[in-house]
Amino acid sequence: MIKRKIFGASYGFGDWLMQRGTALIMALYATLILVVLAIVQPSTYLEWRSIFDNRIMAFLTFIYLVALFFHAWIGVRDIWMDYVKNAGVRLLLLMATLAATIGYTGWAVQILWRV
Amino acid sequence: MTTRTLQFKIYRYDPDKNDAPYMQDFTVEVNTVTDRKLLDVLVKLKAQDDSLSFRRSCREGICGSDAMNINGKNGLACLTDVATLKSPVVLRPLPGLPVIRDLIVDMTQFFKQYHSIKPYLINDTPPPERERLQSPEDREELNGLYECILCACCSTSCPSFWWNPDRFVGPAGLLNAYRFIADTRDEATNERLDNLNDPYRLFRCHTIMNCVDVCPKGLNPTKAIGKIKELMVRRAI
Repeated sequence: MIKRKIFGASYGFGDWLMQRGTALIMALYATLILVVLAIVQPSTYLEWRSIFDNRIMAFLTFIYLVALFFHAWIGVRDIWMDYVKNAGVRLLLLMATLAATIGYTGWAVQILWRV
Repeated sequence: MTTRTLQFKIYRYDPDKNDAPYMQDFTVEVNTVTDRKLLDVLVKLKAQDDSLSFRRSCREGICGSDAMNINGKNGLACLTDVATLKSPVVLRPLPGLPVIRDLIVDMTQFFKQYHSIKPYLINDTPPPERERLQSPEDREELNGLYECILCACCSTSCPSFWWNPDRFVGPAGLLNAYRFIADTRDEATNERLDNLNDPYRLFRCHTIMNCVDVCPKGLNPTKAIGKIKELMVRRAI
């Protein structure tokens, strides 16, 4: 195996832009949920549930969660790239992170759309 | 004539003689009229102990050779006022680079990153008879970029550069990359942007802004990096 440093994995820019975009979506949703909570002022479980029984609200929450998982995937990947130098261990951690974020997405669907 | 007694704690390491680095204490009488800058005092200390090693050349903030860590912050000894320094003055070599001896570091990695951005004008059209001209507005864009003296204060204060000195270009290199991207006489903008579109080379910058804080020339690498990213966005959409 050559020891030369190689560059040009051209996903750097796309990921950077994605992290900004998803941050914007999360900021908008955070504002929305604060407004909704101020209006509904839920105190019981049923009142909390009624917020997310609304289909539009459930959909927007799902968009928010997907944005969060993309954002977290890029951030956590950067941490592994900075601190884990062994390529094999790094690949394993990257796959575990990816599996977790995909799993969380499925879990979010299950919670938001359960009958 | 007024004098002031200053205590120093200076990082000492001679790989031929010492197993490990250590801090050595010095006491020096500083003449507040003639010893204005830290470099003046360092020259005095060198007279006390001629084994003390540091780089210096122009002694006026142009050559960038006497960069060091002064009381925890990177700076040039020749531009640091002695009057502003708290005693004891703690001097260490620039962080994150291999130490050759005392306050002298090996800058190979730093210059390797600088060379990787092709720090020269690329223009394949035949040069005009006299010179390639720029409008005053186009020339204005190069202010705050061309003044970099490559002292490495910024890159060695950057945590992203500490973690990945072999893969992250660092603030000094990126400032100079933008200096040539911004130059209207340069024709390699696309290639320069391609060269930086890598998760490490440009995008390890997390806008910590230590570089802006320490630059002895008052330059703003973070702003230049932001402009590179802005150009990439404009190219992509």
